[in-house]
Amino acid sequence: MADKIKVATASLCGCFGCHMSILDIDEKLFDLVELVEFDRSPINDIKTIGKCDIGIIEGGVANSENVEVLREFREHCDILIALGACAVNGGIPAMRNQNTLQECLETAYIHGIGVDQPCIPNDPEIPLLLDKVHPIHEIVKVDHFLPGCPPSGATIWTFLTELIENKPISFPYEQIHYD
Amino acid sequence: MDPGKITSSIQLPGPGDSTLLLQHLVRIQAEFNYIPDKAVADLSSSLGIPAAEIRGVIDFYSFLHLTPRGKYDILFSDSITDHMLGSRELITDLTEKLGVTVGEVRGDGRVSVDTTSCTGMCEQGPALLVNRLAINHLDQQRIEQIARLIEEDVDLADWPKEFFQIDDSIQRQDILLSSMASATGASPDTLTTLLSPEPDNVLDILQDAGLRGRGGAGFMTAIKWRSCRDTAAEQRYVVCNADEGEPGTFKDRVLLQRYAHQLIEGMTLCAHTINASKGYIYLRGEYLYLLEHLQAVLQERRDLGLLANNISGKAGFDFDIDIHLGAGAYICGEESALIESLEGKRGIPRKRPPFPVTHGYKNQPTVVNNVETFIAASQIILHGAEWFKGAGTEQSSGTKLLSISGDCERPGIYEYAFGTSIRQVLGDCGAHDTLAVQIAGAAGVTIPSEQFDRSIAFEDISTGGSFIIFNSDRNLLDMVQNFTHFFAHESCGFCTPCRVGSSLLKDLIDKLHAGHAGHYDINELNRITIIMRDTSFCGLGATAPNPVIQTLTNFPEIYERQVQHTDYEPAFDLDAALEEARQVTHCFGPEAHIKS
Amino acid sequence: MPEQQTFKLDSKTIPFRDGDTIMDAALRAGEYIPHLCHNPEFTPHGSCRVCVVSANGRHVSACTQQAMNDMEVDNRSDAIMDKRRNLLQMLFVEGNHVCPGCEKSGACQLQAVAYYTNMLSPHYTHFFPKRSVDASHADIAIDFNRCILCELCVRASRDVDRKNIFSISGRGIKARLVINSDTGKLGDSDLTATDKAVHVCPVGAILPKHRGYDKPIGERLYDRQPVSQVGDVAAHDEDDNHG
Repeated sequence: MADKIKVATASLCGCFGCHMSILDIDEKLFDLVELVEFDRSPINDIKTIGKCDIGIIEGGVANSENVEVLREFREHCDILIALGACAVNGGIPAMRNQNTLQECLETAYIHGIGVDQPCIPNDPEIPLLLDKVHPIHEIVKVDHFLPGCPPSGATIWTFLTELIENKPISFPYEQIHYD
Repeated sequence: MDPGKITSSIQLPGPGDSTLLLQHLVRIQAEFNYIPDKAVADLSSSLGIPAAEIRGVIDFYSFLHLTPRGKYDILFSDSITDHMLGSRELITDLTEKLGVTVGEVRGDGRVSVDTTSCTGMCEQGPALLVNRLAINHLDQQRIEQIARLIEEDVDLADWPKEFFQIDDSIQRQDILLSSMASATGASPDTLTTLLSPEPDNVLDILQDAGLRGRGGAGFMTAIKWRSCRDTAAEQRYVVCNADEGEPGTFKDRVLLQRYAHQLIEGMTLCAHTINASKGYIYLRGEYLYLLEHLQAVLQERRDLGLLANNISGKAGFDFDIDIHLGAGAYICGEESALIESLEGKRGIPRKRPPFPVTHGYKNQPTVVNNVETFIAASQIILHGAEWFKGAGTEQSSGTKLLSISGDCERPGIYEYAFGTSIRQVLGDCGAHDTLAVQIAGAAGVTIPSEQFDRSIAFEDISTGGSFIIFNSDRNLLDMVQNFTHFFAHESCGFCTPCRVGSSLLKDLIDKLHAGHAGHYDINELNRITIIMRDTSFCGLGATAPNPVIQTLTNFPEIYERQVQHTDYEPAFDLDAALEEARQVTHCFGPEAHIKS
Repeated sequence: MPEQQTFKLDSKTIPFRDGDTIMDAALRAGEYIPHLCHNPEFTPHGSCRVCVVSANGRHVSACTQQAMNDMEVDNRSDAIMDKRRNLLQMLFVEGNHVCPGCEKSGACQLQAVAYYTNMLSPHYTHFFPKRSVDASHADIAIDFNRCILCELCVRASRDVDRKNIFSISGRGIKARLVINSDTGKLGDSDLTATDKAVHVCPVGAILPKHRGYDKPIGERLYDRQPVSQVGDVAAHDEDDNHG
C-alpha cells in the first residue's frame, strides 16, 4: 500500500468552526483516515509540523504567532489550502479593520463592560496583534481556497477526494457559498 | 500679466443655468480658498441642484475644496519630468522652510503645499502653481524667495514678475508655425478669406488635405465637421479642447499663448462651416495664467466685428465663444467627459455611441477639436490642401507639434512633418545616450533605442505630441511608478476595472519599486493590465496599464532586477503592521518583531 | 416583411429589434448574461463591466452595446468568464464584504454572480476601506461597506422617485455613494420604505429595517439555483429578498 497522504491543519484567527466542519464529514472520516494521516492538527494535538503533502489553514492572520504558524505551514506543506471565510478574506475578525488597534484594545480592556482592572495586556508572551486582520493569501502563497462560514463537510469531502484523486476541482452548485 | 487680477476676470455666469455650476465653483474657490457650505446651499437653491450633487462635483475636481486651503496654496507639478529636474528635493526644501506637511494646511492657515498632476511646463520645470498661477524654473534660490514672500505675506500681485514669466520655447518651425510667424493680432482680411468659401468647399478642402485630429486619436476632421453639420438640430456647438492634461504635453499652451487669434479663426471657420452660433474653449485650470489673455483676444475680436454678431459683415453669421475653466481632472481631456464638465458636472465619460458629433453639449451636435487641429484647419483654408499635403506621409499629411522634454539639451516645441524618425528628433534636440523615449504621454508607448528609426505618424507612432526622453542613467521604473500613481489619481471611478485596477497596479508597482515584490507579483501585474485593457468603460481605463505593459515588453530587466529571489512576498510590511501594537503595549523587544 | 435580424450568442441564434442592446435581446430570449449594474427598468449604465462579452472579437459591455445583424457574441468562454471573475474579485476587495455577517447573504446578486463564475476567493489584496453604516432612518439602513457603486439607487431615486436622494462623490478608488440631506444622513432625507430606490440594491447596502434572516439557509433566493436561472434579486418579490 502506498504511503498515506500527510495532512496538517491549524486554526489561526478563526473560531474552529471550520475544524468542526472537517469532523462533520461524519462516517466518511473512516474513508478519509484510510487515505490520509494527520500531522500537526488540533484534532490529534500534535504541536509541531513535519513535511506534509497538504496543509489546511482555518482563520485569518491577526497576530505575530499567526504569521509564524502560517509560514511554517507554507514551508512544510506542498499544497496549502485556505479553509473558510476567515482564511479566504479575513471574515468576521476582519471587521475590526474598521477601527484602530488602540480603539479595539481600549474597548475590550479599558472601557469594556465588566472590566475591573483596566489594563491592556502586554506580557511579552502574548503575541502582538497586527494592525489589521488579513486573509492568508496576503502573507503566503495559497494553492486552493474553500470559502464558507464554515464550508460544509460535504464541500470539504468533495474537495479532498478530488484533490487526492488528482481530479479537477469542481463543486456542485449548493456546495459553494460565502456564508 | 498681473496675477492679482485673475480672480476678478473669471467670468461671472448668469443665475439659474445649471451648466455653469463648475464655473461658479471655480470662481468661489479662487475667492475664498474653498467652497463654503453657504455657497453650496446658495448654489443648490439658485441652480436647482441637490447639495450632495454639488459636493460630489467639488469632490471630483482636484482644484476644488470643501475645507479651506492655505492663503497661499502651492501645488508642485508631479510629473516624471519634474522629478527628473529635482522637484521632490525642492518640495522637501519648501515644506521644511515653511514648517508645513505635504497635503496639509499650516496651522495658521497661511500656506498649504501639495502635489498635482503635470501642469504642462515640462520644458521649463520644475514647476508649481501658487493659487493656480504657474511659476517655473524652480531652484533652491527661487524656493527660498517663495518661502520668504509667503512668510512676509506679500500679496501675489507684488511677487516678482519674472516668476510668472512663461517661455514660448519654440525650437523648430515647419510649415504650420512658419505660416503664422508673421501673422499676429486680429486680421479682418484673414477672416474674410476664411469665410469666403462655401461650407461644402471648406469640407472638401479639409478632406483633400487629409487633416486628422491632432489630439492623438487622428479622426478625420472633415468627416467630423460634416457629420455635425448634417445632423438635424436646433443648435450646434464648437468646442475647443484646451484641456492639455497629458503628462509631457505643452504645445497647446504655446499655441494659446502665441496664436490665440489663429485658434479663434479656426473655431470661427468651423462655426461657419457647420452652422453653429456658440463655441467654448475648455481651458485646463492649470493654464489659468492664459485666461486674461484669451479673454482680451476674444474681446478685441468682438470689437472688430470678428466675433459675436454679423461676423465679418456677414449678415446672420453670429458666433461667440466662452471660456470654461477646468479644475484639475485629466479625464476631462476625453471629449465626452469634457462635455459633461462643460455642462458643469462631474467629468464622467459618456457611453459612446452616440458620439458628441451628433449628441454632444446639451445633447446637440458638437464638434470637439484640439487647439492644434483648429489652427491647422484655418491655415489649410488659407494656404490650400496642397500646401498641407506637401508635408507628411500619405496617411498622415501635414506636420505635428511635439512637446519635447526630459534628458536633452534643448527641450521645447518642435514642429516636424509626419514621418520624421525618432532618431532625427533626438539628434535635433540634443539628446545623448538615450535609453528610451516615452511618446504620447502616460498612456503612450515606451520606445527602446532599437526602435528609434520608427517615425511619428498615425500609421506608426501616433501621438498628441508628448515626447519625454530618458537617458541611460534613469530608472524607467521611476517613470512607471509616476504614471501608475497618475492614473490611480485621475481615474474617474465610474467603472470597476479602472477604479479598482488602477489602484491595485499602483500598489503593486510601489511594492516592486521598494524591492518587496516576488515573481508572482509580475504575473499579477500582467493579470491586472489585461483586465483593465479589455474591460474598461473608456479609453483612460483601457490605456492606463500601458506604462506597465510597454515596459514589461520592452524593458523586462527593470522588473527582473527589482524582484526578490522568492516567488511570493507578503502584500504588506509584516513588521510595520506590528508597530501600532508595539506602541499600545510598550513591547519593543526582539519578540515584538517579525522577521521578513 | 423585413427579415428578422439575429446575432449569435455563443451557439444560439438570438433575434433582436432595432435599438436592442445585446443584453436586451438576450434577456428577451431567456439567455443569461451576468450583470450587476444593469436592471432592465433603467437606462443602461455600463459601469460594473461584469456583462463583458466579446462581440466580433471586441470586448464590450452587453448592456450598452447595440446588437448588430450576424454579430458573433462570446458569452460563455473560459476567457470571458475569467474576466468577469476578476472584475468580481476587484469588487470584493474594494469594499468590506463580510458575507457571514450580512442579512442579504443568500439573496445577494454580487454573491450569486460570483458563484456563477466559480469565484472561490477574492484573490487580490484587500483595501479594507474605512466606511460607515448609517442607521439614522427609521425604516431603512444603509451599509456603505457593501456598496458596489452600481448607481441603481441613484438612478431609481432620480428617475422614478424624483427625489435625487443618492449621488456619487469623490473619484477613483475614493468614489463613494452619498446621501442628499443637510446632514448627509439617511434619516434626514425624504427616503421612504416604498421608494423604488430602496428595492433595487443588488447587494446588502440598502436594507429595510425590522426584519432580517427571516429565510433559513437553504431556502434563500440563490441557495439552490444559480442566478442564471433565478434572475435578478430586484425582479423578485421583496419577501424573497432576505435571508
